[in-house]
Amino acid sequence: MALTGLQIFKLLPKTNCKKCGMPTCLAFAMQLAQKRAKLEDCPDVSEEARQQLAAAAEPPMRLAKFGSETSAVEVGQETVMFRHEEKFYNPTVLAVTASDKLTGQDFKERVESINSLQFDRVGTHISVNAIAVMNDSGSADAFATAAATVKDTSELAIILVTESPEAMAAAVAKTADSTPLIAKATPDNAEAMAKIAKENNCPLAVCAESIEALADLTEKIKAEGVEDMVLSLEAEGDHTGSPLREQLYNLSTIRALALKKTFRPLGYPTMSFVTDGDADQQAIYATSLICKHSSIVVVNTVEPYAFLPMLTARMNVFSDPQKPVQVEPKIYPIGEPDANSPLMFTTNFSLTYYTVESDVEASRVPSYILVVDTEGTSVLTAYSGDKLNDKIVADAMAKNNVEDLVKHRKLIIPGYVAVMSGKLEEATGWEVMVGPRECSMLPKYLHEFWK
Amino acid sequence: MPVPEVTDSFTSSVNRVTLGATKDSGGTRTSTVTIGGARNVVYGGSIEEAGEKPVIAMDVLDSRPKDWPDILAQHYQDVLDSPADWAKKCIEQFGADLICVKFEGIHPDKADLDAAHAVKVTEEVLKAVGVPLVLWGCGNDEKDNQIMPKVSEAAKGENALIGTVTEDNYKALTAIALADNHNLITEAPLDINIGKQVNILASDMGFPLEKIVTFQDTGALGYGIEYSYSIQERQRLAALGGDKIMAMPSICDAGYESWRAKESKLEDAPGWGDVQGRGPMLEATTAICLLQAGVDIIRMRHPRAVAVVKNFINQIWKKD
Repeated sequence: MALTGLQIFKLLPKTNCKKCGMPTCLAFAMQLAQKRAKLEDCPDVSEEARQQLAAAAEPPMRLAKFGSETSAVEVGQETVMFRHEEKFYNPTVLAVTASDKLTGQDFKERVESINSLQFDRVGTHISVNAIAVMNDSGSADAFATAAATVKDTSELAIILVTESPEAMAAAVAKTADSTPLIAKATPDNAEAMAKIAKENNCPLAVCAESIEALADLTEKIKAEGVEDMVLSLEAEGDHTGSPLREQLYNLSTIRALALKKTFRPLGYPTMSFVTDGDADQQAIYATSLICKHSSIVVVNTVEPYAFLPMLTARMNVFSDPQKPVQVEPKIYPIGEPDANSPLMFTTNFSLTYYTVESDVEASRVPSYILVVDTEGTSVLTAYSGDKLNDKIVADAMAKNNVEDLVKHRKLIIPGYVAVMSGKLEEATGWEVMVGPRECSMLPKYLHEFWK
Repeated sequence: MPVPEVTDSFTSSVNRVTLGATKDSGGTRTSTVTIGGARNVVYGGSIEEAGEKPVIAMDVLDSRPKDWPDILAQHYQDVLDSPADWAKKCIEQFGADLICVKFEGIHPDKADLDAAHAVKVTEEVLKAVGVPLVLWGCGNDEKDNQIMPKVSEAAKGENALIGTVTEDNYKALTAIALADNHNLITEAPLDINIGKQVNILASDMGFPLEKIVTFQDTGALGYGIEYSYSIQERQRLAALGGDKIMAMPSICDAGYESWRAKESKLEDAPGWGDVQGRGPMLEATTAICLLQAGVDIIRMRHPRAVAVVKNFINQIWKKD
């Protein structure tokens, strides 16, 4: 956790020598706390203070990067417990298992089905990020072959999952230049796994049964010279409790220890496996883990219908609460409109657009919606902030060639901005029709007024 | 290695609200449902602080829905014209904890049905099932003010959950809910300040805060759920911090919101996967996301979605 100015002040020489350019050490400390000054500007600071300040400047949760240049993913370095406090930075990496028990064509088809888990929704491309190669066969050769196949046939990042250092060494040898995530180091194989991670410069997933055991293990591995780690709690659980529940509570505890207590041994991103149950169950378990603090989630279903909501949940939870979600400003055809269909405009604030879209759909009148770029604000906000005026609408119409789209020259505008009708008619030469204020009335409006 | 203890400075908890009245309390319900009571954020602290188990209220419409896609309607073909049988099916076959009677048919733009119809539906559903009821208006202020008081009266003594009241339209329903001793749903359009304001307005009319359940409006997954999500989290934190005006449990609507999304309805979208799974999973994951943020009652529609969400709730809120 960042130090306050006063905490920093205590570590400074307190001589007020002004060599740093500040009148006092306290003033310098305040500037340091706000990251407006650099510690190097103080020539007299002690080595001990330097180390303490450097440690405090470290993020409370480290970042882990893996994947090749094109498939690189980053997890961790989160700063808050709740998205509204700031935002969540690095979206959960969603990975799918590929077992090395599958061979030849079967394995290739599995990889292909994972590669194809990609979707476009409202102008955003969302997809799975990684393949977790599972050493179910127990054979080092089979594992290495599977890992090599994934590297050759997929653009996704690779997670290598085995507890055997021999198998890991064999698979890493085939994939090291793609920087796989090495999973997993346990209390039994920690040294050997740490050695592989260190030699190949790959991050290491660390697995133990409890939070306490995990903290021990990360310290041990850090001492071996590996700094980039991912935490994985053994998902087996005991026979009375529910593994998912333990997992979710533990993930919240780990996040809180890292952020609120700056507890370094647990200041790493986390990984969870959801490989039991049918596609429905995996989708909802994974969704809960995406919301509540798993940096990586590994599933084994490849049902597209299960991924669409998982990936959408990730997109939504990791969106920036300070920045309104926007849709791409362009023409959206609803139904199968033709040259005689109504044309209306709305703003590019996603909620505004979705509401209009769903009400136009409900009307069953094929229509065009022109989305005007208002920097993600709603109709009234945009109008009062001059992000929506006759000129902006006219420009959007010209840019999207609406004259070629429809034969008529009528534009339906939101009821809330009826006041801009006159100017808009002048600016465009189109007839302006004032639509309803609430778009729930759009179906009625389209049926009654659109001829 | 010993790890430090995470200490939360929460001083308060979410209100506990009991819905339904059995014979002993002057009603005819065979069971009651208690919600709320959380003393921490979701997954914060220990399971003992998690409060009551969240519950699922399945939607029963007062009249045959016209716009339900087949994937949803197919499960109700035999009961769509009989709210009583519909409610029974939700309880006996799909495991609903509560029934939410949604008076869609009274809306002037829909079937424009009258008070006699609404009262009859209420009485029939009360007779058909023993669980507590949620009674939900159509959203048209004028029609709701005209009819929902009659619905309230028909369920008098049953300690139902009735709504919704909004900033602009709260007086009629708040007054009658108070007179008939029901619980009240206060609704706000994804705005936590308005949410608080409606609670104050209802409270100023003498309605007890501890009988209010909030509805912060729901956006489905992909349709603004992030707004609902953060408002629910902020409401929980406010409750734990001791804000009595925001200490209510909350209800959300995963059913309606999910089934109007094109991901649920569009059959011909091969890239999106099996249409039989898409809608139910959109509904289920919408519910799951909001459970992570701390909702207490979820309105739902599809039996497959209800089954997986129930399974999740039973695992996470299981008391040891």
